[in-house]
Amino acid sequence: MKRADLPRPLDRRRFALAAGVLFGAGILRATAAPAQEESQGWLQVVKKVLGEAKPVEGKLVLEMPEIAENGNTVPFSVSLDSPMTETDHVKAIHIIATANPQPQVATFRFTPLSGKAAVASRARLARTQDVIAIAELSDGKFFMSKRNVKVTIGGCGG
Amino acid sequence: MPKPRIKLPETAKVGEVIEIKTLVSHVMETGQRKDAEGKPIPRNIINSFSVKFAGEEVFTAELNSGISANPYLSFFMKVPGPGELEFTWVEDGGNAIVDRQKLNVA
Repeated sequence: MKRADLPRPLDRRRFALAAGVLFGAGILRATAAPAQEESQGWLQVVKKVLGEAKPVEGKLVLEMPEIAENGNTVPFSVSLDSPMTETDHVKAIHIIATANPQPQVATFRFTPLSGKAAVASRARLARTQDVIAIAELSDGKFFMSKRNVKVTIGGCGG
Repeated sequence: MPKPRIKLPETAKVGEVIEIKTLVSHVMETGQRKDAEGKPIPRNIINSFSVKFAGEEVFTAELNSGISANPYLSFFMKVPGPGELEFTWVEDGGNAIVDRQKLNVA
């Protein structure tokens, strides 16, 4: 499938930045930096969450519709299989909408009392974009997952 | 402040992992919009949500403008025994909605 939105020269810089952060995760393939991701704000958010850690792709399950007719309310759920014991549990899951004016959507924090690292809610998406979830485990590991959502009518007002 | 809706199972067993669903009416004004005169509408969102069981933290959420109006949240808890759940929603400016619900443990 040919992408209409191949990176323009300016976007190569953004892509290099993105690759710097996400290469370890293999999250971004060479052609996967959509030009519409104008703001680099989301990269700052990802950096802040990860610090020096390298996230592992997979295990973390992020479910969102492929096509959202209304960007004002896009259901999502995110979960990670974990024993949720004192020594081995998911501490937090972060949701980042790469093309929203405010990319940080939510941070969910769990405790062993949560029993299960799973949460569902509804997000606003300004337009078609990648949504990233990052899970932070009690042993310092990070898992990452990404979904592309096509938005017919954007959220966030204007 | 509106009365939130909270859905708990009617009864639960000790050690069981239960799903808890909550919904609260709130505009979740993003701060990105402008009014008819072109003036920016200030942000007014529920920026945090927390749940405690018998005083112990179960789940918390830091919310931003990317969460839809009337924020809905579904999450889980491993039932430690009988007790009361305390739900707190805090909006910009510090106003809070607090609700308490007893969990029936069989």
